[in-house]
Amino acid sequence: MGITISNISKSYGEITALSDISFDVKPGELFGLIGPDGAGKTTLFRILTTLLIADNGQATVAGYDVLNDYKSIRNSVGYMPGRFSLYQDLTVEENLNFFATIFGTTIEENYDLVKDIYVQIEPFKNRRAGKLSGGMKQKLALSCALIHKPKVLFLDEPTTGVDPVSRKEFWEMLKRLQKKGITILVSTPYMDEAALCDRIALIQDGNILEIDTPNAIVSHFPKPLYNISAHNMYNLIESLTNYEHTYSIFPFGEFVHYTDKRDPIDKASLKTYLEFQGLTDIKIEKTQPTIEDTFMELAK
Amino acid sequence: MMKDNNVIQVENLSKLFGDFAAVNQISFQVKAGEIFGFLGANGAGKTTAMKMLIGISSPTSGKATVAGFDVYKETESIKKNIGYMSQKFALYDDLTVKENITFFGGIYGLSKKQIDQKRCELVEELGLQEVTNSLVASLPLGWKQKLAFSVSLLHEPKIVFLDEPTGGVDPITRRQFWEMIYKAAHNGTTIFVTTHYMDEAEYCDRVSIMVNGKIEALDTPKKLKEHYKTDTMNDVFLKLARG
Repeated sequence: MGITISNISKSYGEITALSDISFDVKPGELFGLIGPDGAGKTTLFRILTTLLIADNGQATVAGYDVLNDYKSIRNSVGYMPGRFSLYQDLTVEENLNFFATIFGTTIEENYDLVKDIYVQIEPFKNRRAGKLSGGMKQKLALSCALIHKPKVLFLDEPTTGVDPVSRKEFWEMLKRLQKKGITILVSTPYMDEAALCDRIALIQDGNILEIDTPNAIVSHFPKPLYNISAHNMYNLIESLTNYEHTYSIFPFGEFVHYTDKRDPIDKASLKTYLEFQGLTDIKIEKTQPTIEDTFMELAK
Repeated sequence: MMKDNNVIQVENLSKLFGDFAAVNQISFQVKAGEIFGFLGANGAGKTTAMKMLIGISSPTSGKATVAGFDVYKETESIKKNIGYMSQKFALYDDLTVKENITFFGGIYGLSKKQIDQKRCELVEELGLQEVTNSLVASLPLGWKQKLAFSVSLLHEPKIVFLDEPTGGVDPITRRQFWEMIYKAAHNGTTIFVTTHYMDEAEYCDRVSIMVNGKIEALDTPKKLKEHYKTDTMNDVFLKLARG
Protein backbone atom coordinates (compact mmCIF):
# COMPACT_ATOMS: atom_id res chain seq x y z
CA MET A 1 0.00 0.00 0.00
CA GLY A 2 2.96 2.29 -0.58
CA ILE A 3 3.92 3.86 -3.88
CA THR A 4 5.35 2.24 -7.01
CA ILE A 5 6.84 4.30 -9.81
CA SER A 6 7.97 2.62 -13.05
CA ASN A 7 9.70 4.44 -15.89
CA ILE A 8 7.81 7.69 -15.45
CA SER A 9 8.70 10.48 -17.91
CA LYS A 10 7.21 13.91 -18.38
CA SER A 11 8.17 16.77 -20.68
CA TYR A 12 6.81 20.28 -21.06
CA GLY A 13 7.51 21.13 -24.70
CA GLU A 14 11.26 20.76 -25.10
CA ILE A 15 11.95 20.74 -21.36
CA THR A 16 12.27 17.31 -19.78
CA ALA A 17 10.95 17.51 -16.23
CA LEU A 18 11.24 13.79 -15.42
CA SER A 19 13.34 11.31 -17.34
CA ASP A 20 12.46 7.63 -16.91
CA ILE A 21 12.09 7.63 -13.13
CA SER A 22 11.54 4.37 -11.20
CA PHE A 23 11.43 3.68 -7.48
CA ASP A 24 9.16 2.30 -4.77
CA VAL A 25 8.11 3.69 -1.42
CA LYS A 26 7.33 0.91 1.06
CA PRO A 27 4.17 0.99 3.16
CA GLY A 28 4.74 3.02 6.32
CA GLU A 29 8.00 4.46 5.06
CA LEU A 30 9.11 8.08 5.46
CA PHE A 31 10.72 8.68 2.08
CA GLY A 32 12.52 11.87 1.12
CA LEU A 33 12.83 13.33 -2.36
CA ILE A 34 15.89 15.54 -2.09
CA GLY A 35 16.86 18.04 -4.75
CA PRO A 36 17.00 21.72 -5.69
CA ASP A 37 14.31 23.83 -7.39
CA GLY A 38 13.67 22.64 -10.92
CA ALA A 39 14.76 19.04 -10.25
CA GLY A 40 11.29 17.66 -11.08
CA LYS A 41 10.00 17.06 -7.56
CA THR A 42 6.70 18.90 -7.97
CA THR A 43 6.00 17.28 -11.35
CA LEU A 44 6.36 13.84 -9.75
CA PHE A 45 4.04 14.84 -6.88
CA ARG A 46 1.41 16.07 -9.33
CA ILE A 47 1.59 12.81 -11.31
CA LEU A 48 1.26 10.69 -8.18
CA THR A 49 -1.66 12.74 -6.85
CA THR A 50 -3.41 12.37 -10.27
CA LEU A 51 -3.30 16.07 -11.05
CA LEU A 52 -1.02 15.57 -14.06
CA ILE A 53 -0.70 12.70 -16.56
CA ALA A 54 2.75 11.29 -17.30
CA ASP A 55 3.94 10.95 -20.91
CA ASN A 56 5.20 7.44 -20.25
CA GLY A 57 5.39 4.87 -17.48
CA GLN A 58 3.12 3.57 -14.73
CA ALA A 59 2.61 4.41 -11.08
CA THR A 60 0.44 3.19 -8.25
CA VAL A 61 -0.41 4.85 -4.95
CA ALA A 62 -1.90 2.83 -2.10
CA GLY A 63 -2.44 0.01 -4.58
CA TYR A 64 -4.37 2.14 -7.08
CA ASP A 65 -3.25 3.00 -10.61
CA VAL A 66 -2.76 6.73 -11.15
CA LEU A 67 -4.70 6.64 -14.45
CA ASN A 68 -7.47 4.08 -14.01
CA ASP A 69 -8.17 4.49 -10.32
CA TYR A 70 -7.63 8.23 -9.95
CA LYS A 71 -10.82 8.72 -7.93
CA SER A 72 -9.77 6.09 -5.37
CA ILE A 73 -6.36 7.74 -5.08
CA ARG A 74 -7.88 11.13 -4.42
CA ASN A 75 -9.83 9.60 -1.52
CA SER A 76 -6.77 7.85 -0.11
CA VAL A 77 -4.09 10.51 -0.16
CA GLY A 78 -3.35 13.79 1.56
CA TYR A 79 -1.48 16.40 -0.44
CA MET A 80 0.21 19.53 0.85
CA PRO A 81 1.40 21.48 -2.19
CA GLY A 82 4.45 23.73 -2.07
CA ARG A 83 2.37 26.86 -2.45
CA PHE A 84 -0.15 27.68 0.26
CA SER A 85 -3.44 26.71 -1.34
CA LEU A 86 -6.06 26.89 1.37
CA TYR A 87 -8.94 29.35 1.21
CA GLN A 88 -7.48 32.63 2.44
CA ASP A 89 -10.89 34.14 3.20
CA LEU A 90 -12.13 31.21 5.27
CA THR A 91 -11.14 30.96 8.92
CA VAL A 92 -8.85 28.26 10.27
CA GLU A 93 -11.80 26.21 11.52
CA GLU A 94 -13.84 26.73 8.33
CA ASN A 95 -10.96 25.48 6.19
CA LEU A 96 -10.56 22.33 8.24
CA ASN A 97 -14.31 21.76 8.28
CA PHE A 98 -14.47 22.25 4.52
CA PHE A 99 -11.80 19.65 3.82
CA ALA A 100 -13.41 17.19 6.24
CA THR A 101 -16.81 17.67 4.57
CA ILE A 102 -15.68 17.19 0.97
CA PHE A 103 -14.07 13.91 1.98
CA GLY A 104 -17.33 12.85 3.68
CA THR A 105 -16.04 12.95 7.24
CA THR A 106 -16.03 15.30 10.22
CA ILE A 107 -13.36 16.99 12.29
CA GLU A 108 -14.54 15.01 15.33
CA GLU A 109 -14.19 11.63 13.61
CA ASN A 110 -10.48 12.01 12.86
CA TYR A 111 -9.53 14.60 15.47
CA ASP A 112 -7.00 12.23 17.04
CA LEU A 113 -4.85 12.30 13.95
CA VAL A 114 -4.59 16.09 13.68
CA LYS A 115 -4.81 16.89 17.39
CA ASP A 116 -1.05 17.33 17.99
CA ILE A 117 -0.80 19.85 15.19
CA TYR A 118 -4.20 21.47 15.37
CA VAL A 119 -4.01 22.39 19.08
CA GLN A 120 -1.16 24.73 18.20
CA ILE A 121 -3.38 26.79 15.89
CA GLU A 122 -6.70 26.26 17.67
CA PRO A 123 -6.36 29.53 19.65
CA PHE A 124 -6.59 31.26 16.24
CA LYS A 125 -9.44 29.16 14.87
CA ASN A 126 -11.55 32.22 14.09
CA ARG A 127 -8.76 33.96 12.19
CA ARG A 128 -8.87 33.97 8.40
CA ALA A 129 -6.23 31.71 6.86
CA GLY A 130 -4.80 34.60 4.82
CA LYS A 131 -3.90 36.42 8.05
CA LEU A 132 -1.86 33.58 9.56
CA SER A 133 1.92 33.60 9.89
CA GLY A 134 3.98 31.27 7.71
CA GLY A 135 4.43 28.67 10.43
CA MET A 136 0.73 28.61 11.29
CA LYS A 137 -0.28 28.32 7.61
CA GLN A 138 1.97 25.31 7.35
CA LYS A 139 0.32 23.66 10.36
CA LEU A 140 -3.18 24.35 9.04
CA ALA A 141 -2.25 22.98 5.60
CA LEU A 142 -0.95 19.80 7.20
CA SER A 143 -4.12 19.47 9.33
CA CYS A 144 -6.28 19.84 6.21
CA ALA A 145 -4.20 17.24 4.34
CA LEU A 146 -4.71 14.78 7.23
CA ILE A 147 -8.31 15.28 8.26
CA HIS A 148 -9.69 12.46 6.04
CA LYS A 149 -7.14 9.98 7.47
CA PRO A 150 -5.14 9.38 4.29
CA LYS A 151 -3.11 6.22 3.71
CA VAL A 152 -0.38 8.14 1.89
CA LEU A 153 0.71 11.70 2.60
CA PHE A 154 2.44 13.85 -0.02
CA LEU A 155 4.30 16.90 1.26
CA ASP A 156 5.90 19.13 -1.37
CA GLU A 157 8.62 21.25 0.24
CA PRO A 158 6.74 21.78 3.50
CA THR A 159 9.74 23.48 5.13
CA THR A 160 11.04 25.78 2.40
CA GLY A 161 11.60 29.27 3.79
CA VAL A 162 10.89 28.00 7.32
CA ASP A 163 13.36 28.75 10.12
CA PRO A 164 15.42 25.96 11.73
CA VAL A 165 13.31 25.79 14.90
CA SER A 166 10.01 25.35 13.08
CA ARG A 167 11.66 22.93 10.68
CA LYS A 168 12.75 20.75 13.59
CA GLU A 169 9.23 20.79 15.08
CA PHE A 170 7.72 19.93 11.71
CA TRP A 171 9.94 16.86 11.34
CA GLU A 172 9.07 15.71 14.85
CA MET A 173 5.41 15.88 13.76
CA LEU A 174 6.16 13.78 10.65
CA LYS A 175 7.82 11.11 12.77
CA ARG A 176 4.71 10.91 14.96
CA LEU A 177 2.46 10.57 11.89
CA GLN A 178 4.66 7.82 10.53
CA LYS A 179 4.16 5.87 13.78
CA LYS A 180 0.42 5.94 13.06
CA GLY A 181 1.08 3.94 9.88
CA ILE A 182 0.88 6.67 7.29
CA THR A 183 3.23 6.38 4.30
CA ILE A 184 4.91 9.72 3.73
CA LEU A 185 6.65 11.08 0.62
CA VAL A 186 8.25 14.43 1.39
CA SER A 187 10.42 16.68 -0.75
CA THR A 188 12.94 19.20 0.49
CA PRO A 189 15.87 21.27 -0.75
CA TYR A 190 17.45 21.06 2.75
CA MET A 191 20.03 18.27 2.76
CA ASP A 192 20.16 18.11 6.56
CA GLU A 193 16.51 16.96 6.58
CA ALA A 194 17.44 14.01 4.38
CA ALA A 195 19.13 12.34 7.35
CA LEU A 196 15.73 12.16 9.09
CA CYS A 197 14.14 9.98 6.38
CA ASP A 198 14.14 6.15 6.22
CA ARG A 199 15.29 6.30 2.61
CA ILE A 200 15.95 9.11 0.19
CA ALA A 201 16.17 9.68 -3.53
CA LEU A 202 18.58 12.37 -4.69
CA ILE A 203 17.05 14.05 -7.74
CA GLN A 204 18.44 16.63 -10.16
CA ASP A 205 17.38 17.72 -13.66
CA GLY A 206 14.67 15.05 -13.82
CA ASN A 207 17.04 12.19 -13.05
CA ILE A 208 17.45 10.14 -9.89
CA LEU A 209 21.11 10.31 -8.87
CA GLU A 210 20.85 7.71 -6.13
CA ILE A 211 18.32 5.94 -3.87
CA ASP A 212 19.25 4.46 -0.52
CA THR A 213 19.21 5.00 3.25
CA PRO A 214 20.93 8.23 4.35
CA ASN A 215 23.78 6.23 5.96
CA ALA A 216 24.39 4.15 2.85
CA ILE A 217 24.38 7.21 0.60
CA VAL A 218 26.98 8.92 2.76
CA SER A 219 29.14 5.77 2.79
CA HIS A 220 29.27 5.84 -1.02
CA PHE A 221 31.31 9.04 -0.99
CA PRO A 222 34.35 8.06 -3.11
CA LYS A 223 37.29 9.87 -1.53
CA PRO A 224 38.73 10.79 1.86
CA LEU A 225 37.29 14.18 2.84
CA TYR A 226 39.14 16.90 4.74
CA ASN A 227 38.08 19.95 6.75
CA ILE A 228 40.45 22.82 6.06
CA SER A 229 40.35 26.16 7.84
CA ALA A 230 42.58 29.24 7.87
CA HIS A 231 42.37 32.82 9.04
CA ASN A 232 40.96 34.12 5.74
CA MET A 233 38.19 32.14 4.05
CA TYR A 234 38.28 34.07 0.78
CA ASN A 235 42.03 33.54 0.28
CA LEU A 236 41.70 29.91 1.32
CA ILE A 237 39.05 29.23 -1.33
CA GLU A 238 41.05 31.08 -3.99
CA SER A 239 44.26 29.24 -3.08
CA LEU A 240 42.67 25.78 -3.05
CA THR A 241 40.82 26.44 -6.31
CA ASN A 242 44.19 27.11 -7.97
CA TYR A 243 46.02 24.19 -6.31
CA GLU A 244 47.14 21.56 -8.83
CA HIS A 245 46.15 18.57 -6.68
CA THR A 246 42.64 19.77 -5.79
CA TYR A 247 39.89 17.34 -6.81
CA SER A 248 36.97 19.21 -5.23
CA ILE A 249 36.59 22.12 -2.87
CA PHE A 250 33.38 23.45 -1.34
CA PRO A 251 32.85 25.96 1.48
CA PHE A 252 31.14 24.17 4.36
CA GLY A 253 30.32 26.33 7.36
CA GLU A 254 33.49 27.35 9.15
CA PHE A 255 35.56 24.91 7.03
CA VAL A 256 36.27 24.16 3.41
CA HIS A 257 35.53 20.55 2.43
CA TYR A 258 38.44 19.34 0.34
CA THR A 259 39.30 16.20 -1.61
CA ASP A 260 42.67 15.57 -3.21
CA LYS A 261 43.53 13.98 -6.56
CA ARG A 262 46.35 12.05 -4.91
CA ASP A 263 45.92 8.89 -2.88
CA PRO A 264 47.09 9.24 -0.21
CA ILE A 265 46.97 13.00 0.30
CA ASP A 266 50.26 14.79 1.10
CA LYS A 267 49.15 16.99 4.00
CA ALA A 268 52.58 18.51 4.59
CA SER A 269 52.98 19.79 1.03
CA LEU A 270 49.40 21.07 1.00
CA LYS A 271 50.08 23.01 4.20
CA THR A 272 53.32 24.42 2.82
CA TYR A 273 51.50 25.51 -0.34
CA LEU A 274 48.82 27.31 1.72
CA GLU A 275 51.45 29.00 3.89
CA PHE A 276 53.21 30.12 0.74
CA GLN A 277 49.90 31.75 -0.31
CA GLY A 278 50.06 33.87 2.84
CA LEU A 279 47.57 31.89 4.92
CA THR A 280 47.95 31.36 8.66
CA ASP A 281 46.16 29.28 11.34
CA ILE A 282 45.94 26.43 8.84
CA LYS A 283 44.16 23.30 10.04
CA ILE A 284 43.73 20.16 7.92
CA GLU A 285 41.69 17.33 9.46
CA LYS A 286 39.86 14.32 8.11
CA THR A 287 36.07 14.54 8.37
CA GLN A 288 32.94 12.50 7.63
CA PRO A 289 31.05 13.30 4.43
CA THR A 290 27.43 14.47 4.67
CA ILE A 291 24.53 13.92 2.30
CA GLU A 292 25.25 17.34 0.84
CA ASP A 293 28.84 16.30 0.01
CA THR A 294 27.54 13.19 -1.71
CA PHE A 295 24.91 15.15 -3.60
CA MET A 296 27.50 17.62 -4.89
CA GLU A 297 29.87 14.82 -5.89
CA LEU A 298 27.09 13.05 -7.82
CA ALA A 299 25.78 16.27 -9.38
CA LYS A 300 29.18 17.45 -10.61
CA MET B 1 29.31 58.84 18.02
CA MET B 2 29.21 57.60 14.45
CA LYS B 3 32.50 56.11 13.45
CA ASP B 4 33.66 56.48 9.87
CA ASN B 5 34.04 52.79 9.26
CA ASN B 6 30.51 51.89 10.43
CA VAL B 7 28.30 51.63 7.36
CA ILE B 8 25.25 50.76 9.41
CA GLN B 9 24.68 52.36 12.80
CA VAL B 10 21.53 51.40 14.71
CA GLU B 11 20.53 52.66 18.16
CA ASN B 12 17.40 51.59 20.05
CA LEU B 13 15.46 51.21 16.82
CA SER B 14 11.81 50.20 17.26
CA LYS B 15 8.78 49.63 15.10
CA LEU B 16 5.34 49.24 16.63
CA PHE B 17 2.20 48.00 14.91
CA GLY B 18 -0.50 49.10 17.37
CA ASP B 19 0.60 47.64 20.71
CA PHE B 20 2.82 45.04 19.07
CA ALA B 21 6.57 45.75 18.99
CA ALA B 22 7.72 43.98 15.82
CA VAL B 23 11.18 45.45 16.39
CA ASN B 24 11.96 46.29 20.00
CA GLN B 25 14.89 48.66 20.68
CA ILE B 26 17.59 46.98 18.65
CA SER B 27 21.13 48.37 18.53
CA PHE B 28 24.09 47.26 16.43
CA GLN B 29 26.80 48.44 14.04
CA VAL B 30 28.09 46.95 10.81
CA LYS B 31 31.60 47.80 9.63
CA ALA B 32 32.68 48.50 6.06
CA GLY B 33 33.50 45.31 4.15
CA GLU B 34 31.92 43.09 6.77
CA ILE B 35 29.66 40.12 6.01
CA PHE B 36 26.90 40.52 8.58
CA GLY B 37 24.38 37.70 9.06
CA PHE B 38 20.95 38.77 10.26
CA LEU B 39 19.21 35.67 11.60
CA GLY B 40 15.99 34.90 13.41
CA ALA B 41 12.94 32.66 13.36
CA ASN B 42 10.00 33.44 11.07
CA GLY B 43 8.13 36.33 12.64
CA ALA B 44 11.06 37.46 14.83
CA GLY B 45 11.11 40.89 13.16
CA LYS B 46 13.93 40.54 10.60
CA THR B 47 11.94 41.75 7.62
CA THR B 48 10.49 44.70 9.52
CA ALA B 49 13.99 45.72 10.67
CA MET B 50 15.41 45.34 7.17
CA LYS B 51 12.60 47.45 5.66
CA MET B 52 13.53 50.31 8.00
CA LEU B 53 17.21 50.03 7.06
CA ILE B 54 16.56 50.14 3.31
CA GLY B 55 14.35 53.19 3.68
CA ILE B 56 10.92 51.78 2.83
CA SER B 57 9.43 51.80 6.34
CA SER B 58 9.69 54.59 8.88
CA PRO B 59 10.74 53.60 12.42
CA THR B 60 8.51 54.36 15.43
CA SER B 61 11.50 55.42 17.53
CA GLY B 62 15.26 55.17 17.83
CA LYS B 63 18.08 56.20 15.50
CA ALA B 64 19.74 54.62 12.52
CA THR B 65 22.00 55.58 9.66
CA VAL B 66 22.80 53.50 6.59
CA ALA B 67 25.78 54.49 4.42
CA GLY B 68 25.82 57.69 6.50
CA PHE B 69 22.20 58.61 5.74
CA ASP B 70 19.36 58.96 8.22
CA VAL B 71 16.55 56.36 7.97
CA TYR B 72 13.87 58.98 8.71
CA LYS B 73 14.88 61.89 6.50
CA GLU B 74 17.26 60.63 3.84
CA THR B 75 15.54 57.52 2.54
CA GLU B 76 16.07 58.49 -1.12
CA SER B 77 19.83 58.81 -0.56
CA ILE B 78 19.83 55.43 1.19
CA LYS B 79 18.13 53.79 -1.79
CA LYS B 80 20.75 55.23 -4.18
CA ASN B 81 23.62 53.95 -2.04
CA ILE B 82 22.51 50.40 -1.35
CA GLY B 83 21.88 47.27 -3.38
CA TYR B 84 18.97 44.93 -2.58
CA MET B 85 17.96 41.48 -3.66
CA SER B 86 15.52 38.93 -2.27
CA GLN B 87 14.41 35.50 -3.29
CA LYS B 88 10.89 36.72 -3.87
CA PHE B 89 11.76 39.66 -6.07
CA ALA B 90 14.99 40.15 -7.90
CA LEU B 91 14.62 40.44 -11.66
CA TYR B 92 11.83 40.78 -14.22
CA ASP B 93 11.05 37.32 -15.64
CA ASP B 94 9.57 38.69 -18.84
CA LEU B 95 12.58 40.82 -19.73
CA THR B 96 15.77 39.34 -21.22
CA VAL B 97 19.06 39.22 -19.34
CA LYS B 98 20.29 42.24 -21.32
CA GLU B 99 17.06 44.18 -20.75
CA ASN B 100 17.15 43.54 -17.00
CA ILE B 101 20.71 44.84 -16.73
CA THR B 102 19.86 47.91 -18.82
CA PHE B 103 16.69 48.54 -16.82
CA PHE B 104 18.28 48.30 -13.38
CA GLY B 105 21.35 50.25 -14.54
CA GLY B 106 18.96 53.01 -15.61
CA ILE B 107 17.05 52.89 -12.31
CA TYR B 108 20.34 53.24 -10.43
CA GLY B 109 21.19 56.29 -12.56
CA LEU B 110 24.09 54.90 -14.63
CA SER B 111 24.85 56.43 -18.05
CA LYS B 112 24.31 54.42 -21.22
CA LYS B 113 28.06 54.05 -21.60
CA GLN B 114 28.49 52.82 -18.03
CA ILE B 115 25.63 50.37 -18.47
CA ASP B 116 27.16 48.93 -21.68
CA GLN B 117 30.52 48.51 -19.99
CA LYS B 118 29.03 46.92 -16.84
CA ARG B 119 26.88 44.61 -18.94
CA CYS B 120 29.89 43.29 -20.87
CA GLU B 121 31.85 42.70 -17.65
CA LEU B 122 28.95 41.00 -15.95
CA VAL B 123 28.00 38.72 -18.86
CA GLU B 124 31.63 37.71 -19.22
CA GLU B 125 32.11 37.04 -15.51
CA LEU B 126 28.96 34.95 -15.13
CA GLY B 127 29.44 33.17 -18.46
CA LEU B 128 26.04 34.32 -19.76
CA GLN B 129 27.16 35.01 -23.37
CA GLU B 130 24.77 32.39 -24.80
CA VAL B 131 21.69 33.69 -23.00
CA THR B 132 21.97 37.50 -23.04
CA ASN B 133 18.88 37.69 -25.26
CA SER B 134 16.92 34.98 -23.44
CA LEU B 135 14.08 35.79 -21.05
CA VAL B 136 15.15 35.62 -17.42
CA ALA B 137 12.17 33.28 -16.84
CA SER B 138 13.97 30.60 -18.89
CA LEU B 139 17.11 30.57 -16.70
CA PRO B 140 17.69 28.04 -13.91
CA LEU B 141 17.03 29.49 -10.45
CA GLY B 142 20.71 29.42 -9.52
CA TRP B 143 21.70 31.51 -12.56
CA LYS B 144 18.91 33.97 -11.85
CA GLN B 145 20.12 34.44 -8.29
CA LYS B 146 23.72 34.98 -9.36
CA LEU B 147 22.58 37.45 -12.01
CA ALA B 148 20.33 39.22 -9.49
CA PHE B 149 23.24 39.59 -7.08
CA SER B 150 25.45 41.07 -9.80
CA VAL B 151 22.65 43.43 -10.82
CA SER B 152 22.28 44.62 -7.21
CA LEU B 153 25.98 45.60 -7.37
CA LEU B 154 25.75 47.47 -10.73
CA HIS B 155 25.94 50.94 -9.18
CA GLU B 156 28.78 49.89 -6.85
CA PRO B 157 26.81 50.41 -3.65
CA LYS B 158 28.59 50.66 -0.29
CA ILE B 159 26.31 48.01 1.12
CA VAL B 160 24.09 45.31 -0.29
CA PHE B 161 21.08 43.76 1.49
CA LEU B 162 20.39 40.12 0.64
CA ASP B 163 17.09 38.68 1.89
CA GLU B 164 17.27 34.86 1.80
CA PRO B 165 19.19 34.94 -1.47
CA THR B 166 19.82 31.19 -1.67
CA GLY B 167 16.46 29.61 -0.72
CA GLY B 168 15.83 26.48 -2.80
CA VAL B 169 19.07 26.87 -4.79
CA ASP B 170 21.09 23.67 -5.39
CA PRO B 171 24.08 23.09 -3.08
CA ILE B 172 26.77 23.72 -5.68
CA THR B 173 25.24 26.99 -6.91
CA ARG B 174 24.61 28.02 -3.30
CA ARG B 175 28.39 27.81 -2.73
CA GLN B 176 29.23 29.62 -5.96
CA PHE B 177 26.87 32.33 -4.77
CA TRP B 178 28.77 32.60 -1.49
CA GLU B 179 32.05 32.80 -3.35
CA MET B 180 30.59 35.84 -5.13
CA ILE B 181 29.64 37.30 -1.74
CA TYR B 182 33.19 36.77 -0.42
CA LYS B 183 34.60 38.45 -3.51
CA ALA B 184 32.31 41.48 -3.17
CA ALA B 185 33.21 41.79 0.53
CA HIS B 186 36.88 41.41 -0.33
CA ASN B 187 36.46 44.38 -2.70
CA GLY B 188 35.05 46.46 0.16
CA THR B 189 31.27 46.05 -0.26
CA THR B 190 29.44 45.51 3.02
CA ILE B 191 27.10 42.50 2.98
CA PHE B 192 23.94 42.34 5.10
CA VAL B 193 22.37 38.92 4.62
CA THR B 194 19.47 36.85 6.01
CA THR B 195 19.33 33.08 5.61
CA HIS B 196 17.71 29.95 7.03
CA TYR B 197 20.77 27.83 6.13
CA MET B 198 22.85 27.62 9.29
CA ASP B 199 26.00 26.59 7.42
CA GLU B 200 25.74 29.96 5.66
CA ALA B 201 25.62 31.67 9.03
CA GLU B 202 29.13 30.28 9.54
CA TYR B 203 30.32 32.14 6.42
CA CYS B 204 29.52 35.49 8.05
CA ASP B 205 32.06 37.61 9.92
CA ARG B 206 29.46 38.36 12.58
CA VAL B 207 25.96 37.12 13.17
CA SER B 208 22.99 38.57 15.04
CA ILE B 209 20.05 36.46 16.15
CA MET B 210 16.67 38.13 16.62
CA VAL B 211 14.06 36.66 18.97
CA ASN B 212 10.64 38.30 19.42
CA GLY B 213 11.76 41.69 18.11
CA LYS B 214 15.01 41.87 20.07
CA ILE B 215 18.60 41.02 19.22
CA GLU B 216 19.41 38.24 21.67
CA ALA B 217 22.92 37.46 20.46
CA LEU B 218 25.53 39.21 18.32
CA ASP B 219 29.08 38.00 17.77
CA THR B 220 31.35 36.01 15.50
CA PRO B 221 30.08 32.48 14.80
CA LYS B 222 33.11 31.13 16.69
CA LYS B 223 32.40 33.13 19.85
CA LEU B 224 28.68 32.35 19.72
CA LYS B 225 29.44 28.63 19.55
CA GLU B 226 31.88 28.94 22.46
CA HIS B 227 29.41 30.94 24.51
CA TYR B 228 26.53 28.51 23.99
CA LYS B 229 28.88 25.51 24.25
CA THR B 230 27.88 23.89 20.97
CA ASP B 231 29.65 22.83 17.77
CA THR B 232 27.29 24.28 15.23
CA MET B 233 25.38 27.49 14.57
CA ASN B 234 22.29 25.34 14.16
CA ASP B 235 22.46 24.42 17.86
CA VAL B 236 23.11 28.04 18.83
CA PHE B 237 20.00 28.99 16.88
CA LEU B 238 17.89 26.23 18.42
CA LYS B 239 18.96 27.23 21.94
CA LEU B 240 18.09 30.87 21.41
CA ALA B 241 15.18 30.99 19.06
CA ARG B 242 12.61 29.08 21.08
CA GLY B 243 12.18 32.49 22.72
